[in-house]
Amino acid sequence: MHNKTIAELSTGLKDKQFSSEELTRHFLDRVKRLDHKLNCFITLTEDVALEQAKRSDKILQNGDAHPLTGIPVAQKDIFCTKNIKTSCGSKMLDNFYSPYDATVIEKMSDAGAVLLGKTNMDEFAMGSSNETSFYGPVKNPWDLHTVPGGSSGGSAAAVAARIAPAATGTDTGGSIRQPAALCGVTGLKPTYGRVSRYGMIAFASSLDQAGPLTQSAEDAAIILSAMAGFDTRDSTSTDIAVPDYTSTLANNISGLKIGIPKEYFSNALESGVQSAVQDALKEYEKLGAKLIDIELPNSGLSVPTYYVVAPAECSSNLSRFDGVRYGYRCDNPANLEDLYKRSRGEGFGQEVKRRIMIGTYALSAGYYDAYYLKAQRLRRLISNDFSAAFKKVDVIMGPTTPTTAFKIGEKTNDPITMYLSDVYTIAVNLAGLPGISIPAGFSDNKPVGLQLIGNYFEEAKILNAAHQYQLVTNWHRQIPDAFS
Amino acid sequence: MQWESVIGLEIHTQLATRSKIFSGASTVYGAEANTQACVVDLGMPGTLPVLNTEAVRMAVKFGLAIGAHIAPRSIFARKNYFYPDLPKGYQISQMELPIVGKGQIDIELDGEQTKTIGITRAHLEEDAGKSLHEDFHGMSGIDLNRAGTPLLEIVSEPDMRSATEAVAYMRKIHSLVQYLEICDGNMQEGSFRCDANVSIRRKGQKKLGTRAELKNINSFRFVERAINYEIERQIDILEGGGKVIQETRLYDSDNNTTRAMRSKEEANDYRYFPDPDLLPVDLEEAYIDQIKQTLPELPNEKKKRFISDFGLSAYDASTLTSSKPMADYYEAVVKASGNEAKLSANWVIGELSGALNKANLNIKDTSVNEKMLGGMIKRIADNTISGKIAKQVFEAMWNNEGEADAIIESKGLKQVTDSGAIEKIIDDIIAANPTQLEQYRTGKDKLFSFFVGQTMKQTQGKANPKQVNDILKKKLNP
Repeated sequence: MHNKTIAELSTGLKDKQFSSEELTRHFLDRVKRLDHKLNCFITLTEDVALEQAKRSDKILQNGDAHPLTGIPVAQKDIFCTKNIKTSCGSKMLDNFYSPYDATVIEKMSDAGAVLLGKTNMDEFAMGSSNETSFYGPVKNPWDLHTVPGGSSGGSAAAVAARIAPAATGTDTGGSIRQPAALCGVTGLKPTYGRVSRYGMIAFASSLDQAGPLTQSAEDAAIILSAMAGFDTRDSTSTDIAVPDYTSTLANNISGLKIGIPKEYFSNALESGVQSAVQDALKEYEKLGAKLIDIELPNSGLSVPTYYVVAPAECSSNLSRFDGVRYGYRCDNPANLEDLYKRSRGEGFGQEVKRRIMIGTYALSAGYYDAYYLKAQRLRRLISNDFSAAFKKVDVIMGPTTPTTAFKIGEKTNDPITMYLSDVYTIAVNLAGLPGISIPAGFSDNKPVGLQLIGNYFEEAKILNAAHQYQLVTNWHRQIPDAFS
Repeated sequence: MQWESVIGLEIHTQLATRSKIFSGASTVYGAEANTQACVVDLGMPGTLPVLNTEAVRMAVKFGLAIGAHIAPRSIFARKNYFYPDLPKGYQISQMELPIVGKGQIDIELDGEQTKTIGITRAHLEEDAGKSLHEDFHGMSGIDLNRAGTPLLEIVSEPDMRSATEAVAYMRKIHSLVQYLEICDGNMQEGSFRCDANVSIRRKGQKKLGTRAELKNINSFRFVERAINYEIERQIDILEGGGKVIQETRLYDSDNNTTRAMRSKEEANDYRYFPDPDLLPVDLEEAYIDQIKQTLPELPNEKKKRFISDFGLSAYDASTLTSSKPMADYYEAVVKASGNEAKLSANWVIGELSGALNKANLNIKDTSVNEKMLGGMIKRIADNTISGKIAKQVFEAMWNNEGEADAIIESKGLKQVTDSGAIEKIIDDIIAANPTQLEQYRTGKDKLFSFFVGQTMKQTQGKANPKQVNDILKKKLNP
């Protein structure tokens, strides 16, 4: 059962080949048997999962099932789940049981999905390798010595190893697409505002967006159709009707204009990644698409811009973790200042503290104009590049990451190099556009991701293009030997 | 040395919305601690603010009432600082683009004189919770019921030159926000409180002196005392050759002093930046126009109308329009009295206000309603009772003994207007007091009132005073 996509499992459930309870037990069993190698899960929600599976079986019996009804899905531990530990990968929230459900959790539950568990992640989603998690690093199922990417590394690795049929993630600078690329799965970051952020623990509010990590574009379309939508509890969510993303997957893409940004094929790009991406683009040509060279002249500014905006917002967003109302509190605080200093000093890890300090600095009196305001101006320039490009092309394609999965520990002492692994994904967040990474072959036996970037709210278009590619290739069907 | 004090106020007005500015929790005062704080108010991870549009409407109302520019686009910003009763570690406020821009208001000084005070801006923000330092041995309690209550912070120009002016300005704003029905004005519950910026300079000097900010004062009396104390303190420092330092000070009402809280050096860098969780507030002209239509008659307009329609003095009109309940009450009394505007004004300002003050009651809680007082004034006007007897009637009404007519009847307070009867009584009095009559007639005019007194005494005050006067004049000066 574990090598089937959601679409296939859904058919199996409806045809009574197996029940949701059987399916759920199967995946619970796989997690128990295999996850010690990977460390994908922070919490396995066995009781909730079985209860929801039984509920789903009743709905399936009645015949009014959603495509997600009865399908176990792993949720990134950044989404608040009522009465279930919600750690955000941090010691700070190791004791935190949310009193409410995130909108994403509610919507997935309403669609009938079964909560399998909460997945490991970089602490507060700050990281590109899953090494900043308080719960230890996640390993890449393709090579246990390498990282799965981050911050949604637990989700990506769980889907790659097929210990979960699908998972959710969040993407602030590439945190869905980069681990999807490194683990050889499909990962979609929707347009900013497409999915409610309510109940998703904030890293950088103007960049954060939730999305699915799946085996295929079709599965991503199924989950996005359930996750997306306007939410009165999130002022930044957009009131635009959610289409059925599966209904346009079969559209012919002949004549599709694909923009190829020359800036994404520079020297920084590993040759193995480059040739896999070139091969993928050739497939698109075979499907009738046209490749058009474009320029995104300000792409080089993305990483520095991001590392002002995101830390600035995070420094403020993480102020609420003060040891007063919930979360970690230091032992025997001497006074208020001691309570703050030690609770935060002991509760947060290195990378989180680094970013809080960068952000605090960037917002400080006397530096605000030079850093924060300037970064906001650059952000507009970066967005303008994309707007200009989308006047000429339908989608933009390139590599998701400059390299394949790197070794655990390889970049932990060099934050700048680590930050550069998101060089192709960050601009998409700064502009608020949708992007998807799909498996496009291997380099040195490690997966390579192809990134498709769409115009605002054109998730349907990139899902369609991704699906058409997956109809003629089988990279997305590959499973690491140890987990097949 | 002649010193001039320069004062500006920042008034924090709690807006009378039913729910909080960024959450659906109730704003009702006095609930059990932390029972009116939802996950958003508690700053739970993942929660997001959603703007209460009612707070925006109220802010616009205020802006229009002070003739201010209403910003077509205003922006919420985060003011970052750590405090246990600030759940998110930042307060959502407005910094660069406040909703209400420059406006102004006239204040009354000594009745007739007015002065225009500039208002720099007014912006929306959320209130913090409360730290409770008593009742928790060695610890502090936090009550987050107030967290997220909408505030309109009204910032004045440094246009006031004395504590008296500052209080007059604060009273004027206090009255205005109640007229507009955007704040309940309850100062004891903290719905209306202020910070005062105080500095002094030599008379004639243009440059402003270094200011001290007096924090969180919640009564008119304390504002006056705190500012006066602060002015004296600063004069003492400067005359002693010292320097005033810029700092935040706290008024201690028990000792009538101010003491330093923190200096500028220790002040927080609030690291303001636009709140990415909230969209800019874009207001269309039609929306602002529509609010303009709903504005009630404002104190100044009402005052003018009272002067022209009721023939009141500027002083009386000011007093009666100083609060909307008072003005409404007065107008209802005029109506019930059969348009006895001047007499009604005297009674509302005099007897009624005096009784309310004495009993420490609000006009809304008076036992003498508009109809009762109007009914009594009607009886004064039609000579059924004299003004003096009316005081007895009023007291009886105040003590819940019924309406004026019933009291007049049951106590037999009806005025004696029978000239013959009064003449007879006066004749008897003159006959019984030959010495006084002799003295009066030889020039001791003062004794006239002796005869009036005697007459009133005989009639238990019920004789019509005008008739008594007329008859006495005739009889004493043949």
